[in-house]
Amino acid sequence: MTSAIEFVYHEARLIDEKRFDEWYELFTDDALYWMPLARDQPAGEAHTSLFYEDKLLLKVRIERLRHPNAFSQQQPSYCQHVMQQPTLVESGAQECVLRTPFLYVEAQLDQQIVLAGVAIHHLQNHAQGWKIKMKKIELLNREAALPSIQLLL
Amino acid sequence: MNRYADPVAVRELVHPDRIHRDVYLDPAIFELEMKHLWRNAWVYVGHDSQAPRPGDFYSAQIGREPVIMLRGNDSKVRVLPNRCSHKGTKLVSARQGKCQGGLLRCPYHGWIYRLDGTLRSVPLKGGYDEAAQAEALHGLGELNSYNYRGFVFVRLAADGIGFQEFFGDSLSSIDNMVDRSPEGRLEIAGAPLRYMHDCNWKMYVENLNDAMHPMVAHESSAGTAKRLWDSSAAAAAVGAPKPMVIEQFTPFVNDYEFFEKMGVKVYPNGHSYTGVNFSIHSRYSTVGEYERRMFAAYGEERAKAILAEARHNTVYYPSLTIKGAIQTIRVARPLAVDKTVIESWTFRLAGAPDEMLARTATYSRLINAPTSMVGHDDLHCYRAIQEGLSSASSDWVSLHRNYSAAEADSIAGTYGATNEAPMRGQYRAWVDLMTRSGGAATAQSVST
Repeated sequence: MTSAIEFVYHEARLIDEKRFDEWYELFTDDALYWMPLARDQPAGEAHTSLFYEDKLLLKVRIERLRHPNAFSQQQPSYCQHVMQQPTLVESGAQECVLRTPFLYVEAQLDQQIVLAGVAIHHLQNHAQGWKIKMKKIELLNREAALPSIQLLL
Repeated sequence: MNRYADPVAVRELVHPDRIHRDVYLDPAIFELEMKHLWRNAWVYVGHDSQAPRPGDFYSAQIGREPVIMLRGNDSKVRVLPNRCSHKGTKLVSARQGKCQGGLLRCPYHGWIYRLDGTLRSVPLKGGYDEAAQAEALHGLGELNSYNYRGFVFVRLAADGIGFQEFFGDSLSSIDNMVDRSPEGRLEIAGAPLRYMHDCNWKMYVENLNDAMHPMVAHESSAGTAKRLWDSSAAAAAVGAPKPMVIEQFTPFVNDYEFFEKMGVKVYPNGHSYTGVNFSIHSRYSTVGEYERRMFAAYGEERAKAILAEARHNTVYYPSLTIKGAIQTIRVARPLAVDKTVIESWTFRLAGAPDEMLARTATYSRLINAPTSMVGHDDLHCYRAIQEGLSSASSDWVSLHRNYSAAEADSIAGTYGATNEAPMRGQYRAWVDLMTRSGGAATAQSVST
């Protein structure tokens, strides 16, 4: 079985290579993909977030990216993660938590944005290997007026 | 020399049914907007729940000018210039906070002001002789502000139109938003989504009452959400409840007839709202506990009337756009001719159950965030206008849809929502605010 650390690298690589269907399959059915807006924001929807996506919303996002009338993607965006080595914060045979500081670059023709953050992966051990129960992304400059972030961190 | 320094030249940019592209493109026009329009208008600063106790402040930039919204010891919320009377240092730099010791102290030379902006003390005051004291040692000067049911506005120009006259009956949209709280009170719920738009601010403001774009621009996001849900196993189950996100996404791809029939109401001075008869927010599922608390607070008949009013977007020209039915606001903060920050704030209805806040927070994220699929396509279109208008194939932008010469007297009225009357109304106000006395270089008016 792939180690949890290798899994986290693999997950980012699938995004960077736009292999979104494979990426989608990495998540458990009840998964949450979450980028909070406030610092120390509790889970839940009492505060708005940048992302707070269940699998239905992730599916909408993936399908929309390939929609012929996704006008903001007529000129496609590409992205690349540059990651520090993931650290096991909690480790167990069935569940583990990893912390991964990263830089994220998103490019679209002449525009390029660079974001920094920390990804927290909550993984579960399934028959097929590790799956993501929650991916939480703590964006460094979350208070800033941000440009469009069109792909996935 | 600014070729638009002459108000006649500014007036010539706006025709009853079309506008010159320079209103979006020319940095000289932007400078004049900063100097006149954003000083003559009543511009939204913040909500008084952002400064709940004496000494609490919220800081913002209105046009070019940094201001502090501050609650005094008398509990009154004032708006003060964020500029020390001495060297001009900004007194506070945090977005929000509390004045230590109940006083404003300049971080540079320690001049100290009271919460009402009057000067309390300066170090080594003896260094100023009597004449210098009279001339140089003074308070910040309170700006003209108005707190309407918690929403605080400022008019930077010393003289000009009054608050009630400027907004008139359009304030009924704020009334409905506040009345939706069983306690008649709103509170800002946390941090804003801040979305950098590399486009002129007016493209955003115009779009808020543009009922012809959702089914085109948002087909890829809302249309995909609708398609995925309609074809899902979950939706096929009898009596399956729609997820909140589906409820919120799908009305964006309703047909032209729906958007036409929702209606738009246009007021003087650039204000308007869509959703006179119904809106994309009308068919959200009922939250039983909320309805019970509303009935208890207002009586059933009045509560039902409040909740039946589900306006779409209200534009409080030029700065504030609100969605009372879902308790979010978006505020336009222009930075340059092609750069605008759109801030989205979510509100808690005091006395309402948490599901209502979850609905609000979800909507803001789905539609208004820099990560929003809907927002991406809107901003894409604004940028495409900003770039497309550089083509000299025509100097003019059309606002002809449903134009009637009868508008010459007054544009106020109720129309089908696909009418471009709200935009024409905005440009009437634009000319007026750019050329009226008060903040204006000249008050000379030329009728056109």
